[in-house]
Amino acid sequence: MSLRQILATGSVLAALTAGTASAQTLVYCSEGSPEGFDPALYTAGTTFDASSQAIYNRLVEFKTGTTETQPGLAESWEVSEDGLEYTFKLRAGVQFHSNDQFTPTRDFNADDVVFTFERQRLDDHPYNAVSGGTWEYFEGMSMPDLVKSVEKVDDMTVKFVLNRPEAPFVANMAMDFASVLSAEYADAMMAAGTPEMLNQAPIGTGPFTFVAYQKDAVIRYSANADYWVEGLPKVENLVFAITPDASVRYQKLQAGECHVMPYPNPADIEAMKADEGINVLEQEGLNVGYLAYNTTVAPYDNANVRKALNMAIDKQAIIDVVFQGSGEIAKNPLPPTMWSYNDAIEDDPYDPETAKAMLEDEGVTDLSMKIWAMPVQRPYNPNARRMAELMQEDFAKVGVDVEIVSYEWGEYLDRSRALDRDGAILLGWTGDNGDPDNFLAVLLGCDGRENSNRAQWCYEPFEELIQEAKVTTDQAKRTELYEQAQVIFKEQAPWATIAHSVVYMPVRPEVQGYQVHPLGSHIFTEVSLAE
Amino acid sequence: MLRFFLSRLLTFIPTFIGVTLVSFAFIRLLPGDPIIVMAGERGLTDERYAELQEKFGFDRPLAVQFWEYLTGVVQGDLGESFVTNRPVWDEFFALFPATLELSICAIIIAILLGIPAGVIAAVNRGKFFDRALMSTALVGYSMPIFWWALLLIIVFSGNLGWTPVSGRIDLLYFFDDVTGFMLIDSLLSGQDGAFRSAARHLILPSIVLATIPLAVIARQTRSAMLEVLSEDYIRTARAKGLSSGRVNGLHALRNAMIPVITVIGLSVGTLMAGAILTESIFSWPGIGKWMVDSIFRRDYPVVQGGLLLIALIVMLVNLIVDLLYGLINPRIRHRE
Repeated sequence: MSLRQILATGSVLAALTAGTASAQTLVYCSEGSPEGFDPALYTAGTTFDASSQAIYNRLVEFKTGTTETQPGLAESWEVSEDGLEYTFKLRAGVQFHSNDQFTPTRDFNADDVVFTFERQRLDDHPYNAVSGGTWEYFEGMSMPDLVKSVEKVDDMTVKFVLNRPEAPFVANMAMDFASVLSAEYADAMMAAGTPEMLNQAPIGTGPFTFVAYQKDAVIRYSANADYWVEGLPKVENLVFAITPDASVRYQKLQAGECHVMPYPNPADIEAMKADEGINVLEQEGLNVGYLAYNTTVAPYDNANVRKALNMAIDKQAIIDVVFQGSGEIAKNPLPPTMWSYNDAIEDDPYDPETAKAMLEDEGVTDLSMKIWAMPVQRPYNPNARRMAELMQEDFAKVGVDVEIVSYEWGEYLDRSRALDRDGAILLGWTGDNGDPDNFLAVLLGCDGRENSNRAQWCYEPFEELIQEAKVTTDQAKRTELYEQAQVIFKEQAPWATIAHSVVYMPVRPEVQGYQVHPLGSHIFTEVSLAE
Repeated sequence: MLRFFLSRLLTFIPTFIGVTLVSFAFIRLLPGDPIIVMAGERGLTDERYAELQEKFGFDRPLAVQFWEYLTGVVQGDLGESFVTNRPVWDEFFALFPATLELSICAIIIAILLGIPAGVIAAVNRGKFFDRALMSTALVGYSMPIFWWALLLIIVFSGNLGWTPVSGRIDLLYFFDDVTGFMLIDSLLSGQDGAFRSAARHLILPSIVLATIPLAVIARQTRSAMLEVLSEDYIRTARAKGLSSGRVNGLHALRNAMIPVITVIGLSVGTLMAGAILTESIFSWPGIGKWMVDSIFRRDYPVVQGGLLLIALIVMLVNLIVDLLYGLINPRIRHRE
């Protein structure tokens, strides 16, 4: 056992055996093992909780509990007139963690920022191929096309030059893949011939330092005593007790073996709410579940037909049956926790009579259609097969005959991209960066056709608005544009928006200050435990 | 004996090649492209798809991929996980001791309870005890593991608070792996109460994992005993005036052991299958859960390498069983 581990053991033991045991160590019953600890290599939320949120910081951070951004490792930033240059002023006096192989000799500076992004961006960077890097999120957010260069202006200033103006860039800088790693540690590990340690024994600037990880069992962290935010984190030790089964997590929470658990079974929520030993926190998730018509195929190329079908769906029944109450009706493609959500829009009423008449007006009779039901559970759709069956009944009432089809998940994702896809598809989306562009452009923009735009919808007036919003840096102006875009979406109805899930987070009563994060991360920096 | 051993070992080789082929083919026969699954709802461009195919080597013909896999296997290289990028070999050996520890405890429980139960049932054939034991065994055999595990957790951990809910040891204890066996490592750590905590954590998962083999062993012991008890030499032994304990225990049980040992050997396969669910429910960091996760992620190297190693272990245990036959019954080894 190394000295570090003995010390850590000592502090955990002391914490747990002393009278203030629970005030010191926070135990989180996490749902799975992280894939690794370098967040840029992965895309799973489970990995981000264990790595980027606990161990690292980013230039820009999300305010806990919101999708708004605030300064992180960058104290401030400026955007050039043409929207092509972002200059970040870095925070002074921020220290990286140390472990038994590495002790930093300098504070955080521009070299670390340049290293963090260049390893993802440049194919010939020595760290580009380390740990099989595919940099999925960096690729997925189109960063290779977007970023022209990352320049160190001086030790405390970094300039990003873009190929085109893109307002969501700041939000991207707050995403997990943008977590800042230590260039000095990377150099040391490369020199030692063990570059993979960057991923296995992480060093960051974040609120917790990594102590130990045992796959599928436990991850241990201790508070970063030199954390740059005064007074944080509030607990001394953080432990992830990896517990894949939701029923077992619930039992552990009840037995006091953990303080916080994610992803409860919907069926258990009523009992949890009734239990005095558990507080159930809740918030709408940053997601949307939808039914996307193929707008390139008749009669679904007619907005009135789509609108009529939307009016035939009894969404409340879906919320009750499929979500068992843990969801709310979606009227917009954006979730209500997203800025620029247009609350003035009214949802299409559930009105089978009118829907039937509208279909007849459009000359649509004896219509038979396919509905694609996903084979997997997602937060935005816990049971797609059941949802499709309910829609089948609803559509039968307006004279539309529905055949439900499904494929294995990989096949489903692949086949549904086809421009001539036969049928409407149940799918959904969970936001990446808290920017409306991440919903409206990705899912409904012309560029997304034959890919993430499953409605194959490309509508000029809508496209103009979202393209303008993309290059506008003034947030008030952007809000206005997105609000208008949502109006057009509602008129044109390329999807039936079904639901936003509600995220439940059961915690023990002694847990103070936990906030449900709309982006789905589980963050413990500001959490404390009452005696 | 040596000839017997070598002839058994020879049958190992074609089986090994067969298993390598099956484990390679199995994951590729499942529908679902790992790259598409990885990209999820976002999707990816055709260009990017081609790039990733090349990176993972999927663009080459299957025969070439298999040949590379086979040559790797022969050299002891099972490749690296697509997800964690760590060698499959390292991951397996980090997790396997947990599965082995649990399986050993389970099989010990199954043998210690199953054989006596089978013997008692056979000796009391048709009586109340026999019927009660055998119907309990039938229930045990048909019990859905998932439900059974949750029931035990709710009763013994939730309501009574006698056992911990899940995990291998209390979070209070923290020491390095030496052997990977928690019972041994907790003793080596010298920390007060660590061994007790590790043992308490083993109780429920061992019982759950032991349930099906226990039922099978009890039923097999009973029927093998019944067969032997009707043999002439048993009648002779009784006629000689030997005590019933000596007749049943020494003469009958020893001869009834061959089919029982076969069943115990085959149970190793059952244990591996049972470990998948048991480990998932009890958050037990073993290879069962590792395999399931990898299948869902279409992590080819882990699935094919893990399957191969598990198959090797099952084969090895059955080889040992074959050798045990020879020890117990000289006729078997002399016939060969």
